[in-house]
Amino acid sequence: MPDIIETHDLNLWYGEQQALYDVNVAIPKNRVTALIGPSGCGKSTFLKTLNRMNDLVEGCRIEGQVCCDGQDIYAPGTDVNQLRKRVGMVFQKANLFPMSVYDNIAYGPRLHGTRDRARLDEIVEKSLRDAAIWDEVSDRLKTNALGLSGGQQQRLCIARALAVEPEILLLDESTSALDPISTSKIEDLIGELKEKYTVIMVTHNMQQAVRISDRTAFFLLGELVEFDRTEDLFSMPKDPKTENYISGRFG
Amino acid sequence: MRERGIHFVFLCFGVFSVGLVLLISVYLIISGVPAMVQIGPIKFLFGTTWSAATEEFGILPFLLTSVYGAAGALLIGVPIGLFTAMFLAKVAPPRVATLIRTAVELLAGIPSVVYGLVGMMVVVPLVQRAFDLSSGATLLAAIIVLAVMILPYIVNVSENALRAVPREYEEGSLALGATKTETWFRVTMRAARSGVIAAVVQGVGRALGEAMAVIMVAGNVANMPGLFRSVRFLTTAIASDMSYAAYGSLQRQALFSIGLVLFLFILLINALLTRLSGRGDA
Repeated sequence: MPDIIETHDLNLWYGEQQALYDVNVAIPKNRVTALIGPSGCGKSTFLKTLNRMNDLVEGCRIEGQVCCDGQDIYAPGTDVNQLRKRVGMVFQKANLFPMSVYDNIAYGPRLHGTRDRARLDEIVEKSLRDAAIWDEVSDRLKTNALGLSGGQQQRLCIARALAVEPEILLLDESTSALDPISTSKIEDLIGELKEKYTVIMVTHNMQQAVRISDRTAFFLLGELVEFDRTEDLFSMPKDPKTENYISGRFG
Repeated sequence: MRERGIHFVFLCFGVFSVGLVLLISVYLIISGVPAMVQIGPIKFLFGTTWSAATEEFGILPFLLTSVYGAAGALLIGVPIGLFTAMFLAKVAPPRVATLIRTAVELLAGIPSVVYGLVGMMVVVPLVQRAFDLSSGATLLAAIIVLAVMILPYIVNVSENALRAVPREYEEGSLALGATKTETWFRVTMRAARSGVIAAVVQGVGRALGEAMAVIMVAGNVANMPGLFRSVRFLTTAIASDMSYAAYGSLQRQALFSIGLVLFLFILLINALLTRLSGRGDA
């Protein structure tokens, strides 16, 4: 599989504080890549450099390159909104808008110019099916999305992200606030999503990384310590720091 | 024992304020209903002539003037107020925002008679010249003055509502590729809807209830409303006739009836808008 994202000597500062050090990584297309590491290691920060959500943080400064399909997304003249359409994101906490289920899913497509009602209906249904939640909400498309359960809301967030037809889906600890059943539904879903999308997910849960990811990146103190096939990284880590972390000696 | 005594004192004050509201309502009904019955409610509400000489007391001109006046003030005041609130909550650098906010708060503290004076000296001549009228003291002048008067309420309440919208909503929208402006108008504004409606309720209340400023700029003639005509509002009808109406006369009683209509009218509009905001999240 070709690589869809490559970073070259990526450094990032929040004000005076450096949060990422010389990150070089190549993330393969149509695979699930997990980012693991202790709190504050920079994995979420790294994730947010990929759709430039860090732009919203005041005092955030970036050096180096992040290439998506070979194009530097930090090059001057990059259309950030277009980038975020290609690189979707699902957050730690479900953040549906206070609108109906339908309007939530149709929000992105409408934003990007789809007005035709029949076409929108089609997109909404397809996105909900892709997010494996169509059967649960098909009869309440017009009800307020905030009335659904936490797990359903999070899958709707995934559906909302899929509705703009991204190439890459970023998940920022998207199951950490959910019960085990909802979590396993989303894990199953991620397994299916990699057919069409590249998934990059931050997780605190190492078992989760083992269960669903193809590649794993281990971050520590802002550095990418190790990046490998998931089974290799967990069975025979090359770096002693990785071994210490995955065997639970710190973190 | 002492604790109970203090609770009793609190209770008394609570009952006192509720009692005042009840007293006002009861008094308005008692003093307002007789004239309405005597004139006939239809003739009173829909009559177009108000004349003490012929004993004709129809308040339709005042009623419509108040409705048009408030609606016009909202039409101008709400968009300006909302955009200002959006600017303060989202765009303005903190120091600029503080400056503007202070100015807007000052606007709220200006006595209405001062609005009337400035309206008389600035807005009325301006309207007269701009539209080549014989007199600028018109409904339009009143609408402009009212719009400025409700502005601070709209700005203040909607800014608070916009600020209270969780950041996560905006991040969700930006992450879908929306620009900041699209996010503010499509998500933030929508999430703040009930607060914005509360702002409009306050604005309507103030616009309908204002008497002093409009009596000075609207010409105070009992015409049917027109943008370029001199008009009289419900409030100004009471204020301007009260001193002429003989004690115990039908005219004086009819003025109380106007008070009752105004009171019910504001209650009705508040209830309507509050229901609208309650439904907002459905």
